Amino acid sequence: MFTPSALKKLQTILGPADVLTSQEDRISYSYDGTPMLSRLPEAVLRPRTADQIAAIVQLANEEEFAIVPRGSGSGLSGGSVPVENCVVMLTNHWTRILEIDERNLTAWVEPGVITAQFHSAVEGRGLFYPPDPGSAAVCTLGGNVAENAGGLRGLKYGVTKNYVLGLEVVLPTGEIMTVGGKSVKDVAGYNLRDVLVGSEGTLGIFTKILLRLIPKPESSSTMLVMYDRLTDAAETVSSIIAARISPAALEFLDNTTIRCVEEFAHLGLPTNIEALLLIEVDGRGSVVEEDASMIEKICRDHGAREVRRARDDGEAARLRSARKIAFSALARVKPTTILEDVTVPRSEVALMLDRIQEISRKYGLMWGNFGHAGDGNLHPTCLTDERDHAEVHKAEKAFDEVFSAAVKLGGTITGEHGTGLAKRAFLDRLTDPPALQMMRSLKDVMDPRRVLNPGKIFELKPRCEGPMPRRREQIEKFLAQGAFT
Amino acid sequence: MTTTSVKGFAGVDVPNDDVITNCMHCGLCLPTCPTYVLTGLERSSPRGRIRLIKSVASGDLPMSELFVEEMNFCLDCQACETACPAGVRYGSLVEAARAQAFAQERESRATRLLKRFFLGTVFSSHRRLKGLATLLKVYQRSGMAWFLRRTGILAAISPKLARLDPLTPQISDSFSSDVLPEVLSPYGERRYRVGFLTGCIMDVAFGNVNMDTIEVLRRHGCEVIVPQSQSCCGSLAAHYGDMTSARRMAAGAVDLFKRDGLDWIVMNSAGCGAFFKEYGHLFADDPERASAAELVAARTKDLTEFLASTGFRPRHARPSGNKRPPRVTYHDACHLAHTQKVVQEPRRLVQSVPGYEYVELPEASWCCGSAGIYNIVEHEAAMQILERKVDNIASIAPDVLVTGNPGCMVQIRHGLERRGLNVRLLHTATFLREACDP
Repeated sequence: MFTPSALKKLQTILGPADVLTSQEDRISYSYDGTPMLSRLPEAVLRPRTADQIAAIVQLANEEEFAIVPRGSGSGLSGGSVPVENCVVMLTNHWTRILEIDERNLTAWVEPGVITAQFHSAVEGRGLFYPPDPGSAAVCTLGGNVAENAGGLRGLKYGVTKNYVLGLEVVLPTGEIMTVGGKSVKDVAGYNLRDVLVGSEGTLGIFTKILLRLIPKPESSSTMLVMYDRLTDAAETVSSIIAARISPAALEFLDNTTIRCVEEFAHLGLPTNIEALLLIEVDGRGSVVEEDASMIEKICRDHGAREVRRARDDGEAARLRSARKIAFSALARVKPTTILEDVTVPRSEVALMLDRIQEISRKYGLMWGNFGHAGDGNLHPTCLTDERDHAEVHKAEKAFDEVFSAAVKLGGTITGEHGTGLAKRAFLDRLTDPPALQMMRSLKDVMDPRRVLNPGKIFELKPRCEGPMPRRREQIEKFLAQGAFT
Repeated sequence: MTTTSVKGFAGVDVPNDDVITNCMHCGLCLPTCPTYVLTGLERSSPRGRIRLIKSVASGDLPMSELFVEEMNFCLDCQACETACPAGVRYGSLVEAARAQAFAQERESRATRLLKRFFLGTVFSSHRRLKGLATLLKVYQRSGMAWFLRRTGILAAISPKLARLDPLTPQISDSFSSDVLPEVLSPYGERRYRVGFLTGCIMDVAFGNVNMDTIEVLRRHGCEVIVPQSQSCCGSLAAHYGDMTSARRMAAGAVDLFKRDGLDWIVMNSAGCGAFFKEYGHLFADDPERASAAELVAARTKDLTEFLASTGFRPRHARPSGNKRPPRVTYHDACHLAHTQKVVQEPRRLVQSVPGYEYVELPEASWCCGSAGIYNIVEHEAAMQILERKVDNIASIAPDVLVTGNPGCMVQIRHGLERRGLNVRLLHTATFLREACDP
């Protein structure tokens, strides 16, 4: 348990100023961006060195308390929401970009660097870090790596994991480990780096991150395409991909979302359309123009009401940022927005959208739909009020069906937000039992005393003492078949 | 006013539960909050403060000293409202929380004393303000100020006083309310009849800006009505939670400006304008004044809002001896940009003046740290926030900096002097008046 003596030791390690214990501070770190999840931590820590973190982790092992790492607290799966008997560990003393290596196109950063600030720092040198989560203005690179964040540029450029080259990490046992490096190719041993990417703070605390950069695309073109029918928009998405074009962004918004975004951003969007696609192509000038024209033709062939091209970079940036705030803007309709990020193979987007609409009709709830259509990554968002418990319960049941529908179409329950607390109950619906078992074993091996973000991704079962449990049911199957006789 | 689940709060001016719930804690406000950027602490952020207010409302947190401190640490610049896609009216929450702290006397002794001095003594009656301003004028003009500063005696008496000394506004030679008649006729044909608030700080320290405003209005075809015996609009008191005084002063303003025949009420102080526009809400539960207050609120416009919407054109370019045209830039007053959402109008007006090169100020809408009496109550934080503003100004080295609020002018002037930057700091009204000069 977290005891006064543990607190005293933490204050010795960090100095009293970096250990926050007031009720006000504990309340302020009791939540993240996820709706309806919160719990008070015992204390909040602001370490400054890797050695301090290592010492704290060792102390957690000794004194038996848990550590929940937290960046800006903008996560959407409860990854940084406190658990029982825990301290929250902040990365906001870790905000330096340590090195931008223009010869190798890499950057060493600390985990607390804000993603958007990193974008401007590298773009100022003609370089590019593509992962661009909706919350880029506030989220941290450490959080992005921990959640393997996606965002708007996934279709062409991939997600965070495609840009992590190396990590310095404090392990759950308190050792400091470095994996990966600047070599583009490296197959020596198991790829531990990729185990840590997306581990949601359960397997290690990052203290340094080595990121891969690419040259900044020469030019780009952004267009808005308006549709009177949702299906036309969905089919456009499939056709663009079938035509072997990879837009940098291929984003979709439905009518509810468009109206909320327009109310906030005043972009002059028509509010009587059923769907809108935001499409961005980038690359060399001539190729961009060619791709843009092809896309425009495909859109018109699919019955687009209007195709509007951004006049300049400023307008393109405004359009992109308007798309990024879609989730928050939906709270204009109703205060609690339960956002999911089911993802299906790209070819199934139209079908998945149909299924979502059916389910929302069945439950009679209000929904906003938007998402990274080009990635098959959708954000069906239930608009409700957390004070209305009956409606929230209905929403939970609806989402249960949405998850099942996604899995049935060969998709997943979460494309980019992580499993965390919000989706851990659904993980076994999707994951092959041996894979789930291996995940659990990995956690047990790396974090035997369960100090790092326990209870996230999957519920921890009581620990087994003694020898490994045998797969009794298989043995019994053979016995029943008489294989051993 | 919704008053559900208000365990820790009582009476009127309770933080609205719907507004609290409207915050879906996405965190998009964090990078726009000057105090969060300063401390890196969630409780100093809009999202954190809303959660604290929610906790007091639900009874999970008492109205503690730290809670009150955090509410007062907020600049109430409302940059977070501009950034909030969900449209959470954060300002209304923090102001209500301050009203609660004030009413329940939960503030520290020092804060209460300071507030009582400024809100109860300096700004409570306009006659008293003028009296104090006259004393201050004698201090500033007699050479005593110069002597005390120069010899270091002031710093020896009180280092704190010496730090605040440069933040006292330079008192005008004459107060505009003493010299302005009730009615000023337009030059030429009358197009509008507008009411004009002389204000408190504007009146005693920026009398010339008031004169410039009226001059611009008269040239623009306005008959200007200056109701006599005005007092403070109440915004400073409201800003700091003293809602009783705020309503008393606001009631006076409503009674003075509800008169028939005014097309608009034109404001040259962003803070006052923002508060006038709130009057409808402020008196919503007062059957006696509700409709008059709403009328006054609906008629209120910032000078730049009014001029831009009625096609104001500066007369002609000022001849410039310089080879390169002077650079002009614009600083957004928070209560103009974030509260009143008046952003493009002043820029368009400033840009319409020929003979200048307009340069956009980086982070133009980032608070300068003035925030009413914030630079006195939270001096240290205010000075750090000011440094960021001055850094941004220095980065573009303008010749002229235009802004639309007296508080910002006092604060930024101090910042420029401290840094030794040679920038002409002008109120929008003065800049436009010069552009009209023959």
